[in-house]
Amino acid sequence: MKQVIKFPLMRSVGFDGLLVTFADTMTESSNRAALALRSAVEHLDLDGVIETSASLASTYIRFDPRQLPHSRIKGQVQQVLDQRNWYDAPLPSGRRLIQVPTVYGTDLAPQLDEAAAAAGLSTDEAIERLGQSRVRVLTIGFAPGQPYLGPLGPEFNIPRLKELTPIVPEGALVLAISQFVLFSGPTPTGWRHVGQTAFRCFRPEMTQSFALNPGDEMQFVPISRDDLEDIRATCTDGSGGATCTEIPS
Amino acid sequence: MTLAVHRIGPACTIQDQGRTGYLDQGLSRSGAADALALYEGAALLGQSPTCAALEMAGMGGEFEATAPTAFALTGAPMQASVDGSPIAWDASHLLEPGQRLVIGSVLQGSYGYLHLGGGIDAEVFLGSRSTHLTARIGQAVQAGDLLPATGTGRTGMKLRTDDRFSGGVLRVVASFQTSLFDDETLARFTQTDFRRGARANRMGMQLDSEGEGFAAKGQLNILSEVITPGDIQMTGSGNPFILLPECQTTGGYPRIATVLPCDMPRAAQTPAGAQVRFQFVTLEQAVALQSAYAADLARLPGHVEPLVRDPHDIPDLLSYQLISGMISATD
Repeated sequence: MKQVIKFPLMRSVGFDGLLVTFADTMTESSNRAALALRSAVEHLDLDGVIETSASLASTYIRFDPRQLPHSRIKGQVQQVLDQRNWYDAPLPSGRRLIQVPTVYGTDLAPQLDEAAAAAGLSTDEAIERLGQSRVRVLTIGFAPGQPYLGPLGPEFNIPRLKELTPIVPEGALVLAISQFVLFSGPTPTGWRHVGQTAFRCFRPEMTQSFALNPGDEMQFVPISRDDLEDIRATCTDGSGGATCTEIPS
Repeated sequence: MTLAVHRIGPACTIQDQGRTGYLDQGLSRSGAADALALYEGAALLGQSPTCAALEMAGMGGEFEATAPTAFALTGAPMQASVDGSPIAWDASHLLEPGQRLVIGSVLQGSYGYLHLGGGIDAEVFLGSRSTHLTARIGQAVQAGDLLPATGTGRTGMKLRTDDRFSGGVLRVVASFQTSLFDDETLARFTQTDFRRGARANRMGMQLDSEGEGFAAKGQLNILSEVITPGDIQMTGSGNPFILLPECQTTGGYPRIATVLPCDMPRAAQTPAGAQVRFQFVTLEQAVALQSAYAADLARLPGHVEPLVRDPHDIPDLLSYQLISGMISATD
């Protein structure tokens, strides 16, 4: 018999954490709920809370249980949860749209053709659809500053590869399960490498080390290989020629 | 003053207590693998446990001071000498200009620590001096590097420490994915003697065991969720990894339990081949254990005692020139 799980679900994480999960798959509304609850918990400004984050469909709160017992923070968070329907909460304010010049395919991003085929599209059609998609930073994680972006159209709900690609470079745009990841460093991956940018998500040498925030939107605008070479030669701030505009709330 | 590095093992990095608050940006805390060793070094030198030290994985190096430099050695004991004379571990000493401090292989455990008076004054990034190799923050210390330090420290002190360098029982609490494992698997998990495997770095350490692995239900279909250091992650083959300070911040492999922060020094110090067992405790017991640990840390400075030159306390007695001048009449 399958156990029915009631969301949102509140569970403890190790010694010093609490996790509120809004769904067992990534959906637009569960991600929005996770971001909004995180913001609300931050606003409570509870003594004993150390840090918070939001993943694809959950809000995480780390605290010192010697100062703020598990039972007390659970009660506090439950009160906040009861205040509204979090699945239709608005997105955080101060979001930005970041449009990043991107080379699709070529030897720079050699798995575009097979990704297009897996999506049942021609390569040109795939470039057009991916290049027009406005995706949201669903969460940042795994590596510093590295965004999970989505959702892409259902045609891009393609599985991860069984074999890992040994290494893709920083700035690689990879695709699987209707999401992009924009890699913040060279890494092996089971996602398909469909685009290449000169955008650096993590810029430790700069005052603002992290380029993105959860909730920001991104668009990966098709450019030629030569254009990317120009950007690499002239753009030294890590933005990879991206433009950034505020999204009115 | 500055410590010049003449020779160094391949995995030595500067570490303090790590940087907190960047989980939402995918940056794990980093910081010393054995945080207790930082407190011990600070107690010995009479300084703050927030000072940065050199963490030496398995092998130390050869160092020379430019000015009289107070230093302390803690964590996994390693062979150590000044100008060829062995010196005590878990103790603070003075290095005179021109003297060579040599720290060799680890004798027991995994991570040894070299502390300097005032702490190693490496660059602060996002509130911490900790190198984070996987995030490409800082890099491993190389021969030719200089380790600057800012202050003086108390020398000639020692600290008695309990053995945390050969594995043993690690207390764990259930976490949000523990229920993905059935009761039989959980029972077997606590009854198994694990050995630390060969694969280990600051991201995590592999554990091996006889018999079948420890698989969760629906192992491959789990939404990526937050990861914290101390999590015991089951890989696809059902082999556990204990995750350490440079672990990734999210991941899809299920975690069976989480090691208590107060037992992480023992976990991280477990050398390859040594045995580890896991024991579940309740959250209430965990809070009590962690509180007792914090109280012990606070009491550490009071446990520092002078490095008495009693012959029984001098392991290197034979290296002293006790009969100097008696070999040659012309000395």
